[in-house]
Amino acid sequence: MARTERKGRVRPIRVLIAKPGLDGHDRGAKVVARALRDAGMEVVYTGLRQTPEDIVESAIEEDVDLIGLSLLSGAHMALLPRVLALLKERKVRGVPVFAGGIIPDDDAKRLRRLGVRAIFGPGTTLEEIVTTARGIARRRS
Amino acid sequence: MSRPPALPAAARRILARDRPTLARVISQVEDGDPAVVPVLRALYGRTGGARVVGITGPLGVGKSTLVNALLGFLRETDRRVGVVAVDPSSPYSGGAVLGDRIRIDRRADYDRVFFRSMGSRGHAGGVARATREVVRLLDAFGMNVVLIETVGSGQVDVEIRTVASTNLVVVVPHLGDEVQSLKAGLFEIADVFCVNKSDLPGADAATRYLRDMVALGARPDGWRPPVVAVSASGSTGLDELWAAVDAHERFLDEEGRRLTRDRERLTAEVLGLVRDRFEKEIARTVRSDPVVRRLVDRLVARTLDPESAADALYRIRSRGR
Repeated sequence: MARTERKGRVRPIRVLIAKPGLDGHDRGAKVVARALRDAGMEVVYTGLRQTPEDIVESAIEEDVDLIGLSLLSGAHMALLPRVLALLKERKVRGVPVFAGGIIPDDDAKRLRRLGVRAIFGPGTTLEEIVTTARGIARRRS
Repeated sequence: MSRPPALPAAARRILARDRPTLARVISQVEDGDPAVVPVLRALYGRTGGARVVGITGPLGVGKSTLVNALLGFLRETDRRVGVVAVDPSSPYSGGAVLGDRIRIDRRADYDRVFFRSMGSRGHAGGVARATREVVRLLDAFGMNVVLIETVGSGQVDVEIRTVASTNLVVVVPHLGDEVQSLKAGLFEIADVFCVNKSDLPGADAATRYLRDMVALGARPDGWRPPVVAVSASGSTGLDELWAAVDAHERFLDEEGRRLTRDRERLTAEVLGLVRDRFEKEIARTVRSDPVVRRLVDRLVARTLDPESAADALYRIRSRGR
């Protein structure tokens, strides 16, 4: 089950799924949101056209354990590092970021070095995304 | 009375409007973490100042869009606004898609608005078990207005009635005929009716039906719910809608109505908490009790009826105290 233990209590993993920037293709993000829901997570789905500021402030307000960002626009090298920098600036610690979409291998390498924990390209199975999400989500102490 | 103990650190940070702390404490409330109780205790005395507006109605009537429109409207009035938006949790996986943020256009208002999504986590009634306490936290945080968006409601999801000070029931044209508006439940809890999507054909008729129904008679407390036509996506009718909310809040302030209502609600809340404790205790101790097992044996054999078994058990329990 997608739950973290805290003093014998269970809480669902809370995850934010957002689409940064101006790209309007959200089928993938919705499918992932649904899969994570079916895996027992509480998925805060913010929808399209989120600024990096919106995403980070939403993550704070919703107290999520994980952030998933979907981009198909090619703007990933501008937007993803900005989200990571803002998370640091706002002292959001221990909340991993994963990304999905069309991200070339070289960019993916650089993004991983910058701190993106997982990157899912076309053809990734939902099972793989769910397993990875469970594995990297913040554990509450 | 002894001097009140020092405020827990989390309570102090919430009073200082620290958003990450508020967010974390809300999670603790949702998770039923006992560590949060001292924080809630410390903050209770600082609550009661916020105007709490419930926004309820069937799914698809535009509740999220209305919340966004109201945020835009209230942004102009310099008020601090908290939003609690409840969506259903899956009875199968326990998961949820909390999608009420998708209509929200934040315009970098993070210092004035705090938006929190909640899964209903198995609680029926249209809100989550933790909603009442989360509203209190937002109140203590200094919000002037707290908007609660319920789960898309059926006719009996009326628990919001006991949480909000003014309840908006949102409907749309062609939702049903006049008879729907005569039925008990959702339509009875409206302090203000909001006919949304008023740009659609049929809006005038829907507004007229509701006004006719309201005109049939006032509620026992004497209030006649205003019916306001709104187009949340086009942001029309919001002035009138908020004026109706204001009018109802003023009505509550007259003749001590708010106080009476507060007493009733808080009494019900405390009785509910006591009942929860009894239930837990009974569930823990009584099930394994040999006397109970013998009673159940007789129930199964049909030599004793449930009401008499309850009598016997109640007598034993009260003697034991």
